[in-house]
Amino acid sequence: MKRPGATRYALLAISLIFSAGAAASWNNPYPAAEAKSNILYSAFRERPKTFDPARAYSSNEYLFIAQIYEPPFQYHYLKRPYALTPLTAVSVPTPVYFDKHGRRLPHNTPAAAIAYSVYEIHIRPGIYYQPHPAFARDADGRYLYHALSTHDLAGIYAIGDFPRTGTRELAAADYVYQIKRLAHPKLHSPILSVMNEYIVGLRDYADTLKKEYEKIAGGRDTGVFLNLAKFPLAGVEEVDRYTYRVKLHGKYPQLLYWMAMPFFAPMPPEADRFFSQPGMAEKNLTLDWFPVGSGAYMLTVNNPNRQMVLERNPNYHEELYPAEGEPEDGAAGLLDDAGKPMPFIDKVVFSLDKESIPRWNKFLQGYYDRSAVLTEGFDQAIRFTGEGDTEVSDTMKQKGINLRTSVAASTYYLGFNMLDPVVGGNTERGRKLRQAISIAIDFEEQISIFENGRGIAAQGPLAPGIFGYREGQAGINPYVYDWVDGKPRRKPLEYARQLLVEAGYRGGVDPASGKPLSINYETPAIGPERKAQLDWMLKQFSKLGIQLVVRATDYNRFQEKIRKGDAQIYDWGWNADYPDPENFLFLLYGPNKKVGHDGENASNYDNPEFNRLFERMKNMENTPERAEIIHRMLEIARRDSPWIWGMHPKNFLLEHSWMYNAKLNQMANNTLKYSRLDPDKRAERRVAWNRPVVWPIVAVLGVLVVGAVPAVVTYRRREREGAV
Amino acid sequence: MIGYIIRRLLYAIPILIGVNLLTFTLFFFVNSPDDMARIHLGGKRVTPEAIVKWKDDHGYNKPLLYNSGRPGTGKITDTIFYRYSVRLFVFDFGSSDQGRDIRNDISQRMWPSLAIALPVFLVGILVHITFAMLLAFFRGSYLDTSGVVLCVIMMSISSLFYVIGGQYLISMLLRLVPISGYDLGFEAVKFLILPIIVGVVGGIGASTRLYRTFFLEEINKDYVRTARAKGLSELRVLFRHVLKNAMIPILTGVVVVIPLLFTGSLILESFFAIPGLGSYTIDAIHSQDFAIVRAMVFLGSVLYITGLILTDITYTLVDPRVRLE
Repeated sequence: MKRPGATRYALLAISLIFSAGAAASWNNPYPAAEAKSNILYSAFRERPKTFDPARAYSSNEYLFIAQIYEPPFQYHYLKRPYALTPLTAVSVPTPVYFDKHGRRLPHNTPAAAIAYSVYEIHIRPGIYYQPHPAFARDADGRYLYHALSTHDLAGIYAIGDFPRTGTRELAAADYVYQIKRLAHPKLHSPILSVMNEYIVGLRDYADTLKKEYEKIAGGRDTGVFLNLAKFPLAGVEEVDRYTYRVKLHGKYPQLLYWMAMPFFAPMPPEADRFFSQPGMAEKNLTLDWFPVGSGAYMLTVNNPNRQMVLERNPNYHEELYPAEGEPEDGAAGLLDDAGKPMPFIDKVVFSLDKESIPRWNKFLQGYYDRSAVLTEGFDQAIRFTGEGDTEVSDTMKQKGINLRTSVAASTYYLGFNMLDPVVGGNTERGRKLRQAISIAIDFEEQISIFENGRGIAAQGPLAPGIFGYREGQAGINPYVYDWVDGKPRRKPLEYARQLLVEAGYRGGVDPASGKPLSINYETPAIGPERKAQLDWMLKQFSKLGIQLVVRATDYNRFQEKIRKGDAQIYDWGWNADYPDPENFLFLLYGPNKKVGHDGENASNYDNPEFNRLFERMKNMENTPERAEIIHRMLEIARRDSPWIWGMHPKNFLLEHSWMYNAKLNQMANNTLKYSRLDPDKRAERRVAWNRPVVWPIVAVLGVLVVGAVPAVVTYRRREREGAV
Repeated sequence: MIGYIIRRLLYAIPILIGVNLLTFTLFFFVNSPDDMARIHLGGKRVTPEAIVKWKDDHGYNKPLLYNSGRPGTGKITDTIFYRYSVRLFVFDFGSSDQGRDIRNDISQRMWPSLAIALPVFLVGILVHITFAMLLAFFRGSYLDTSGVVLCVIMMSISSLFYVIGGQYLISMLLRLVPISGYDLGFEAVKFLILPIIVGVVGGIGASTRLYRTFFLEEINKDYVRTARAKGLSELRVLFRHVLKNAMIPILTGVVVVIPLLFTGSLILESFFAIPGLGSYTIDAIHSQDFAIVRAMVFLGSVLYITGLILTDITYTLVDPRVRLE
């Protein structure tokens, strides 16, 4: 029998390679078995710092913990303007007001007369925590893992390494426990200083805990459990198993917004005790990294160096997809799942991908289900319509990719230091100089050139969607814009030059020196990629004959200059914590100045009338009276121009055709549970888009073989010559 | 030789102290403990009290190098430098400023680093030596000239080009392997192919040219001429004699980097999303985590010193004329 030769084997191998290529995607980064699973694939760019709900405050941390921890309230997914709805609570409570003698006050009592507000929150019964070893008990009801020795911890590196888990019903006491944790001396909660002002007794409570902790710790850094249940907090009490009460100084309606953030999510004391055991921190087993919640998902893989995996919480309580939204939501298919139980997706895999190009390419291959729009890939993904709107490019359309946009509840601005003798001051000269510069800096151009149209020019500090923000002619900044042909138009440069003359700087010349007015611009924008923007900024000032001195520095030095009031003009931004005008306007409140007060008012703006109105407005309900006060405040701020009102960025999200229910919500972070996907459609598209192309490899090998022939010939010739 | 090694190890102590001091000075020249506290506490609502508390908790409330307020040795020991440096010499890296155990992180992240660095190193040596020998064999021919030109071109191209070009060509156009990512066990192989190819190809230009020079230097020596005169074939001369002697400078050049394979490659790991040690230090610098920075610099120094000692030992192994005294 004739044995198959090398040629036959080679042909067999090649045909196998080609046939394998037709069957599967070789560039699939996920296991083939997951191809048709109900899994959402996403990426994260940097490892989160902490998952502890008392500390986490960044979007990259909320991306995970907002799906796990359940504060009592949440934002309605579809409705705009943003509205709070209950999550674990029975309802969003109405506060009860008291005077300083403890007498109950009517609801319409002026804020100044209110000594205390009390919020009573009722939690729904029947909500259970995710399975977790902290709750595991033996047959006698004793906790299995609350007294672990070093020996017990050998071989334990992750929560999944504990063989047994348990659960228990969510209780009001868990919410009380978490509020107490905000004052824990080792947690450094970023909102402690804010809450100290309002929650009765919290400041003293922090001091008490500090002393107690030092007593217990005895110099140890880890393995210390401070049982907060033993220390009562005057302003927060458990009324019964499903009810707790929070007592505040004065009136502070914004507390409800805070209570929709993970800071106010429940923390079971068992989890705190479990993670505080000696030896746990040394294995990175802490609440910083292993959240314990009752939310739609639980963290099952926690490797911030590689991958984070959220899986459906088997104990999740019933929650139905909303049946109401904005008028256009129905037509957009956003109400198709109304009344269906959530979450829809079984598992969410987040892979660490630091670099934008691989991330973008994986999205194009179908291996990430959603993506932001890359600046580098903007032209590839987005195009502008004749009306100036944006839509996906033809290439993206062919792939069925959809675009969602939404203006963020954020503002990026250029601030004047009001303490500076040149650009600051509450004088007509200073005002006119600032107004002139505000007109000259063409933010529409900046948005068009550097942001690819992803933003809108700001008319004041309030972002769209925030109470008090006005659309149309009523909402424009009349010191910078005119209303022409139904839209705002920046005032002409001539007008700015005239203002400059009135300010005493004819042609931008400083009369004191006879030279062009020189202004220092502090920015943390360093690196070659920002040079074009800084050059553009120089050009804007030169339109008025003003010489801008760019002082780009690292973020630490930049902050230091702002803190000390050493800046003249600087750029900065603010992302809203909650959709209330107070959260923007406090950035201009005098007692909140950076210099001397270490507040968030980086411009050190201090207008007594603005301050007075702010104090009236900040604790009001959203009434027409409040809106009127806000408009007066905006008028003052626009006239004084402590900021050049910059822009509100627009978020762009691209998603594949197999994704459903996407609506950008700038306030809610727990949005994964609303998402739905069609895994079969995705699997089919992925295969179609990712068939391996093998022939170039064969061709390269062929070229190498052919190329080797002259080398072999040369070698043989040399050998023969050597022999001769 | 043992006496020599012990002496070298003792010399390493002042070097490590010096490296530590330099790292410490440079880091705190750029970042103050207040800056570090601000970064760790987040960008919003950071109060002066919170900063003081954070510094107290992390031991950054002490003077940097000299504590004039303390008596006796306390002037030196009750400082940030002493607190953060002494433990390093027993390889106790402590916790990062974010609270994660550094030794644990390093022990997890060194394996993915090695998974790339080791194959890149081994395959790289093999490929680079092969190409260099090929060019040396065909020295003076068009093949040699065009090879050298190609090497110069390849070494002039930024390594980023190989990474992005490799990802575009192999993953996007040919769709043969995943663009980036990592997995455990055998599943890791499909993620490692591309970075290894990129790592090896990216190093061809510089290494091949260097090794070619070593070969050409040997190829004209008397012992090679003698070998040829004995009637040995050119291939036999090349493999038996030239390769053996040219390996002395090659080996001494590569042995020094062997311990540093643990610390990984910054660009490869970053672009291919490999969770190794390469990006660990740079992430720590970005987040101003001094605890990780000093641990990684210390580890890098120890590994480098180890590499130098290994190089010296290798000299004695490959060249019998060398004696360590």
